[in-house]
Amino acid sequence: MALDDRKSIFSFVGTRPDRPDGLDKVTGRAKFGADMSAPGMLHGAILRSPHAHARIVKIDASKAEALKDVKAVVTRADFADVPFKPGLEGEFYNVLENVMAGEKALYDGHAVAAVAATSALAARDALKLIEVEYEILPHVTDVDKAMAPDAPVIRKGAADYSVPAGMHPNVVRYHESGHGDVEAGFAEADLIIEDSFTTEATHQGYIEPHACLASLGMDGKGELWCTTQGHWIAQKTCAALLGIETSQLRVTASEIGGGFGGKTTVFIEPVALALSRKANRPVKLVMNRSEVFRATGPTASASMDIKIGMKKDGTITAAEGIFRLQGGAFPGAPGDMTAMCAFAPYDLTNVRQVGYDVMANRPKQAAYRAPGAPMGAFAVESVLDELCNQLGLDPVDVRLKNAAAEGSKASYGPTYERIGLVETLEAAKAHPHYSAPLKPGQGRGISCGFWFNHGGETSVSLALSEDGSAQVMVGTPDIGGSRASMALMAAEVLGIPYENIRVTVADTASLGYNDVSHGSRVTYASGLATIKAARHAVEKLCERAAVKWGIPVEAVKWENGCAVPSGPNAGDFDPLPLADITADMGATGGPISGHFEATPEGAGVSFGTHIVDAEVDPETGKTSITRYTVIQDAGKAIHPTYVEGQYQGGAAQGIGWALNEEYIYGDDGRLQNSIFLDYRIPVASDLPMIDTVIVEVPNPGHPFGVRGVGETGIVPPLAAIANAVSNAAGVRMKQLPMSPPRILAALKEK
Amino acid sequence: MDYHSPASFAEASALAENATGITRFLAGGTDVLVQLRSELVTPDTLIDIKKIDGVHDVTRNADGSWTLGVAVTGAEMSEHPELGRDWPGVVEAMDLIGSTQVQGRATLTGNLCNGSPAADSVPAMVAAGVTLSVTGPGGTREVAVEDIPTGPGRTSLVRGEVISAVNIPARGENGGDAYQRFIPRTEMDIAVVGVGVNLRLDGDTIAEARVSLGAVAPTVLLVKDAARAIVGTALDDAALEALAAAASAACNPIDDKRGTIEFRTEVAGVLAKRTAKVAYARAKGEQA
Repeated sequence: MALDDRKSIFSFVGTRPDRPDGLDKVTGRAKFGADMSAPGMLHGAILRSPHAHARIVKIDASKAEALKDVKAVVTRADFADVPFKPGLEGEFYNVLENVMAGEKALYDGHAVAAVAATSALAARDALKLIEVEYEILPHVTDVDKAMAPDAPVIRKGAADYSVPAGMHPNVVRYHESGHGDVEAGFAEADLIIEDSFTTEATHQGYIEPHACLASLGMDGKGELWCTTQGHWIAQKTCAALLGIETSQLRVTASEIGGGFGGKTTVFIEPVALALSRKANRPVKLVMNRSEVFRATGPTASASMDIKIGMKKDGTITAAEGIFRLQGGAFPGAPGDMTAMCAFAPYDLTNVRQVGYDVMANRPKQAAYRAPGAPMGAFAVESVLDELCNQLGLDPVDVRLKNAAAEGSKASYGPTYERIGLVETLEAAKAHPHYSAPLKPGQGRGISCGFWFNHGGETSVSLALSEDGSAQVMVGTPDIGGSRASMALMAAEVLGIPYENIRVTVADTASLGYNDVSHGSRVTYASGLATIKAARHAVEKLCERAAVKWGIPVEAVKWENGCAVPSGPNAGDFDPLPLADITADMGATGGPISGHFEATPEGAGVSFGTHIVDAEVDPETGKTSITRYTVIQDAGKAIHPTYVEGQYQGGAAQGIGWALNEEYIYGDDGRLQNSIFLDYRIPVASDLPMIDTVIVEVPNPGHPFGVRGVGETGIVPPLAAIANAVSNAAGVRMKQLPMSPPRILAALKEK
Repeated sequence: MDYHSPASFAEASALAENATGITRFLAGGTDVLVQLRSELVTPDTLIDIKKIDGVHDVTRNADGSWTLGVAVTGAEMSEHPELGRDWPGVVEAMDLIGSTQVQGRATLTGNLCNGSPAADSVPAMVAAGVTLSVTGPGGTREVAVEDIPTGPGRTSLVRGEVISAVNIPARGENGGDAYQRFIPRTEMDIAVVGVGVNLRLDGDTIAEARVSLGAVAPTVLLVKDAARAIVGTALDDAALEALAAAASAACNPIDDKRGTIEFRTEVAGVLAKRTAKVAYARAKGEQA
């Protein structure tokens, strides 16, 4: 048999069939996190701290426990009982601290106790009877204030080895990288611009609140149904927090109503399991929207200083950035990612970047689509735009002049393989949007963006049925149409119709470990594994054909869904379709399956360029986005509609982040806008039709050339929109969100 | 919690008068039920007034005035063939509230009695000169809409009183009204500033005007200085500037998550000008 490892002409890949889960989702048959129930099920509810920072002196739950409808109350003490593990460290400890407060409540909304009762109403009523005595402590919610010498210390000893001596204990991680000599570079510049920028925390804004159904027996065996981007990480984390063996907890991922990175960890799942273990009954826990805002991961807020030097011809001579990211009361703000991504689109001789991870009294930040990258791009690309304006240079030409390409040394260290940034910039320059005239009051903005993309642990199995159909079991929850993409890739290899393939997101008991659906990795890594699992099955199909024909397996090849003799010398046999082989596979050697597992390393970085037109009302400061074009390298678009959907979704979320979304804290450290009415995510009528251009520069690390597309699309919008608004308003906007009051104030100061 | 669905306003009033604890009247429920679900207000007594005869009726009276039942929804107002021709400002203000689903439930009376200074329909009703029939233990009285709210979440209605009808004056000749609000988005949001303007022309000259502001003070304001600034003018630039200055001067807003004092004060003047232009054009019979 012969199989080409690389493929560039396709039958199925690149077509746009309906998604296999589409009918279930539009008819309501699909089961999401809150849709599962069990006999004897109890309802859980969580008591949350109203204080930003407080010592928990005493919790008295006796009145709640006395109610007949209440079957269990848990606090941190119910997690500390770890029979065979000596105690939790690192991220497990942080997650435990977050899902149930220990000695201190660290932010407004921090869980302090939980109840399981016979109804949701009874559970909520019981919470009111739990008496918590707090000793209120000074708090800090702003990143710059959290680093100041007089800031309250959130947790001593949270910093690791990377933090230089003398920093405030709230600075918990430090990153520095770059190359060349920035001072020498600045000396060569004709113009240097140095400026400071801030962005506020924003929430991923998934429409489905966190929800789960948990059942854990006293024998340490359990079942968990939950909405998650990764059920193996949920399994591993919950098992650690509950002190049970990982394999004894079977986790099933529900359909997911959006995650965007925010469902890559656990919040309520360990609490539901603890309640279930104590009550010895299944427990369902569903967050309301306010709990989602107050206690699940928003992204980090940021404060950044940028300095860039440029020659009159547009050559960047040196670039320097300091990025301070606030990620709540736990280590984890992606200051390192921000620093590494900020200058990554450019081939720079002299570059230096510093990132800080800073703790404050806010909820633990969670990943949000290219975590850390959009903020840095906002700051860097704003300064680039200002340099272009002041030097009278075209912003696309300047980016082309400095663009990284194959062989460029990346600002964060490695040397790029084949990448597609130049192609996106050339497509931007050629796009009619870029040359369309602007009306008075409108401005245009450009930005590039970069994201690493990720491989991750991946395991896929494929089984053929006797009728010639195929089932594919993947371990990555479908957050963006990935079942359609997997089916297309399997169809491509097997040569059977897309509709004859059913792709299932398998539970943790049915497949080996799979990393989370994050890092734009699913179409790349699960796709690669699906292709290789299908090829594995094809090898077996060829073996069966060889047996039937009585020729060596080397003399059989696979073509268009059939085994065929590999050449004239192999013999004269009619093509043998897949279904003819599977029809009697029980008699020719048994079931035919394919499997592949690996941690693929060739994810292939991805770049995009966005063009935005904005109109600013000079009397009210209100911004309308009038035109938007996303251009991004997909490597190879398996299902172009879902690639376009990712591009549009990144732009839509970026528009919200840039214009109106923000976590607003009062002086008391409480979140002021924990509902969608006041947390202003864009509504449909706020958005223009978002045009997309798919650039395809194949990724050498994937058999079909795929690069991840999910995250890069949210990297350029903040900057591109800020540049458009600044150019429309005639004043540089350095603070996000660019809400109308901020723009009107900036216009007055102009 | 006790739930009642009385057959008359007299019965509703008596139920409310005799109830203990927290009482809420339930019409569309777009505030009451949301507050109940989010545990902001858990009433002890819920009096559903949707089942009283006539509460869903939109009636044009012989003198050209309108009587709206208290359970008439925003969607019913928007889809009414005549009401919006007479009072486009009142109808567009109501139509701005919430989503299509909310429009199927929300009512003018509920929007008023919720007591929010940012209620969209209230400035439009104030500008239009709407009155409310209020039924209480002592019978029914008629109250001007601007006299109902007394502060955020509070009204002048006393124990046992319930609004039993909404009375909109006759439109008359050469009149026009309009409502505009500022929100950072395009829909589904709470007014940061709202302006209602209602005027009547004598030729090109404004003979009468009422100007109201929402979301810039503890209650919706009827701004007589703003009306004076345009009465006797043809809404020329000087009149518009005087209108804007009077509107801004009347503002007494707060800084909050929805807007700053400076922003609200400034934008009140901007919106007053824009809204007055629309009302003026409508009074002239132009499409606006």
